[in-house]
Amino acid sequence: MIDGLGRPRSALVVGGTSEIALATVSALCGQARCRVVLAGRNLSSLEQAARRLPGARATPAVFDPDEDGSVGRLVGECFGQLGGLDMVLVALGSLGDQGRDEHDPVAVAGSIRANFSLPAQASVAAADHLRAQGHGVLVVLSSVAARPVRRTNFVYGSAKAGLDGFCLGLADSLDGSGARLLLVRPGFVRTRMTAGRRPAPLACGPEEVAEAVRQGLIQRRRVVWVPPAMRWVSAGLSLLPRPALGRLPV
Amino acid sequence: MGTQVVSGWGRVSPAVCRLVRLTSEAQAMELLRAPDRRGLVARGLGRSYGDAAQRAGGTVLETLGLDWVGRIDPESATVEVGAGVSLGRLLRLLLPAGLFVPVSPGTRFVTVGGAIAADIHGKNHHRDGSFATHVDSLTLATPQGLHRLAPSGEGSRLFWATAGGMGLTGVILAARLRLTRVETARMAVDTRRTDDLDGLLAAMEEADARHRYSVAWLDATARGAALGRGVLSAGDHARLDQLPPSQQRGGRALRFRPRPGLLVAPRLPASPFSPGVVRALNRAWWAASPRRESGRISALEPFFWPLDGVRGWNRLYGPGGLVQYQLVVPFGQERALRSVLEAVARGPAPCCLAVLKRFGPASPGPLSFPSPGWTLAMDFPAAAPGLAGLLDRLDDEVAEAGGRVYLAKDCRLRPELLAAMYPRIEEWRLARQEADPGGVLRSDLSERLVLAGAGQDQGQEAG
Repeated sequence: MIDGLGRPRSALVVGGTSEIALATVSALCGQARCRVVLAGRNLSSLEQAARRLPGARATPAVFDPDEDGSVGRLVGECFGQLGGLDMVLVALGSLGDQGRDEHDPVAVAGSIRANFSLPAQASVAAADHLRAQGHGVLVVLSSVAARPVRRTNFVYGSAKAGLDGFCLGLADSLDGSGARLLLVRPGFVRTRMTAGRRPAPLACGPEEVAEAVRQGLIQRRRVVWVPPAMRWVSAGLSLLPRPALGRLPV
Repeated sequence: MGTQVVSGWGRVSPAVCRLVRLTSEAQAMELLRAPDRRGLVARGLGRSYGDAAQRAGGTVLETLGLDWVGRIDPESATVEVGAGVSLGRLLRLLLPAGLFVPVSPGTRFVTVGGAIAADIHGKNHHRDGSFATHVDSLTLATPQGLHRLAPSGEGSRLFWATAGGMGLTGVILAARLRLTRVETARMAVDTRRTDDLDGLLAAMEEADARHRYSVAWLDATARGAALGRGVLSAGDHARLDQLPPSQQRGGRALRFRPRPGLLVAPRLPASPFSPGVVRALNRAWWAASPRRESGRISALEPFFWPLDGVRGWNRLYGPGGLVQYQLVVPFGQERALRSVLEAVARGPAPCCLAVLKRFGPASPGPLSFPSPGWTLAMDFPAAAPGLAGLLDRLDDEVAEAGGRVYLAKDCRLRPELLAAMYPRIEEWRLARQEADPGGVLRSDLSERLVLAGAGQDQGQEAG
């Protein structure tokens, strides 16, 4: 059961080496002894991540990102082995390189796979199990880049926009089941994925995302923005006429 | 029967459950014999703060339909009632006969079934003990059958496992209560304001020797020399001769017609209780209280159930809900009490309301909360940053001091501390196992804290 302060007793992280995911799991499962499964493609880096999690009993699990259905099967296996899960955190994604990717059909396919197809597969699989058990929460990392999609990162942003819309619908489908979905829309987060890039305004650290997730869980929100002000930035940008938005260097 | 979202009074972890309104013993037995695989638990008025009266994905048996009241016997001062009767309704029937419930908590909107399952206490615990010690017998439905249990002799083991057993030994259907005789429906109240914790503790000890009821509000935001300053209110049922002559005649002395709360708390988008606001409110309340006042005649409501006057006051804490943390530490562990208050005053989470009380002897229930010592209840907005860490540290302090936290209030205890706080839990588990070997009775609380023991924890989520 997730306790009154948003802390699960068991959690599965799909994308188990994501710094945002690990910060979130540390914050929510740090003190309460929580069983955590870190799922991803690379066993040794998952093992490394598992060792760094304080307090939690973390184990790695591997799926094949190039095979459709692999991640869904893994999610099912985790539910079976742990006798249910309180939380599934889907933190798959890859930022790519907009300048190069927007001319490379294969890179576009890869981005859609990493940022939309795989996380969507993991999400539906998790949602079905959560719905059946009648409780638990699915946390999915979207991005401010999806709202609205902009000239400067539309390859990544559009794939995230697909996932974002998918999850809003999935959240609706969970209504009344006892399970729910929390969609997280972070802005620029200082992690490995963004290393070397110039931090955008309102940049934050993974810990701030973790705190926002905790707040979102306690307040039973459907969507959280990190930092919260991003919501208004996004709303402002969405009001701009498309040609103006396309010329903005953001 | 239908699927419904239910939560505790703190509104912290709502669950979607199949809600069944219980109307008869036969129906209860039927549900227990062909149980929901995901578990089943009884629920009354939902005044436990955490997740004790809910089962996510499972079945909840609402007992409010079992609201019959048997003949009130003024000779023996006893009454047999259905488990779904609220103390408030019972009081309306009892007071004209000069009788009062033996124990009343801070709200009258609790059912008799819930009062037994949580083995609740009131402001008179130092003198009269917990609720279950005033129960002559009770009817319990378990998957094994229907039992009539008494506090001594055959069946007493299950009786005491049920008292404070959080509904996990069976579904309480009825109980015979021993009542308190009163001359009036008024209280004679002494109030005293103190400047610090030592003053408050001393005043409480003194008051408990003289008064049947006592409780102290304290300013949990005050630090340094003012740490633990508070307002003690102690009282007794007013005697007839204490009332003004005009109120003594014509049944007026026993008149109890509580008005339904005129104030209704609004639904707020966020908790307004920031640390600054909370500090100011607490300071103002303390400053506005009389330094010393004695023998004031008061109605029952403001003395026993001040918060019942605001309907849905729990909504004031915003969508995140509230966490009430209630601990008891044994007498002699006043240092632990002080250190808890120091930690709370330091923050970061603001304690909006704190109440202190002295407990007398414990009941024989192995899972019953009250035990001799100081009990402190504190309300926090659940969404306050740093609350989880703060309460985890308080747990360690409380367990270290030989104390415990109250399961009826809990929504976040770490299960590994349960055995230290409730050292007789294995005894309780054995009695529970006998009554419900199949593990039919389960709540979110029991799953979260693994109350039934690790043996029954396996594979329960499957399906």
